[in-house]
Amino acid sequence: MSAQWFVVLSAFIFSIGAAGVLTRRSPLVILLCLELMLNAGNLALISFSRMLGNSDGQLFALMVMVVAACEVVIGLGIIVGMFRRRLPIDVDEMSELRG
Amino acid sequence: MLFEQILFFVAGTGAIAGALGVALLRNPFYSVLALVSHLIALAVLFLLLRADFLAAAQVVVYAGAVMVLYVFVVAYVGGSDEPLRPESGGLLTTLGPLFALALFVEISIAVLGSSLGALDTSGPEVGATFGSPGEIGRLLLTKFLLPFEAASFLLLLAAVAAVLLARKRRGLEPDGSGAAGPGPGGVLRGAAGGRTGTPT
Repeated sequence: MSAQWFVVLSAFIFSIGAAGVLTRRSPLVILLCLELMLNAGNLALISFSRMLGNSDGQLFALMVMVVAACEVVIGLGIIVGMFRRRLPIDVDEMSELRG
Repeated sequence: MLFEQILFFVAGTGAIAGALGVALLRNPFYSVLALVSHLIALAVLFLLLRADFLAAAQVVVYAGAVMVLYVFVVAYVGGSDEPLRPESGGLLTTLGPLFALALFVEISIAVLGSSLGALDTSGPEVGATFGSPGEIGRLLLTKFLLPFEAASFLLLLAAVAAVLLARKRRGLEPDGSGAAGPGPGGVLRGAAGGRTGTPT
């Protein structure tokens, strides 16, 4: 399989994630679509790493996974905080984080 | 070679179907399950690209730990986001997919039209240790030692921040802590334990 297929597939998944971020309103689903975009980036990094025969791209993908895990923890913490204060779980109504 | 192609198309179809499920399903719980299937299909693609360690890490860290976190929070917050107000046909709802399609075409033109000569080859022959845990570990402790330490510090910061965000605070809940329904504190304490334990 040539690397083109993998890169085009990752571009497609990235576009689906971008469409989800733009159209959905629940912050939970927006975080999920962000995960989609990050994983598409990972796939592109790994396919370029295979194309060049160099392992460095795989390390980049590992770092992306670490940062994604941290982002998920903070985002979900904010969502739980919103829920506990009876705020609407909706990004259209929650446009600022001030108490 | 034929086997690789069949596997690529099966896993690619699974990944695209999972991604569409995440973006289109109404219930957030089903979205999380679709993302799990998407991540497992991506792990198969990583295996095709000879990234063995990353495929294992994808299944263990993402499809295992991070998705359990999501399931906890969706179960706590509840899947009642969409039926509250039906997603009306706003401007962004129609423009969003169009923008995404334009983005896809743009990235495809940029990648396929670039003069990267090796892009339509399947890559050079690599040794048996390419992408193996030993190779990744050796790189992490030699060439990428500083990013490795920075990542560990970032994970520590995220764990502390999650505890700070989810701790029980006096006077912030609208109607006291005791009378707020069927014990949100107990449920939250369990979720917070799972959240801080997972990423470290």
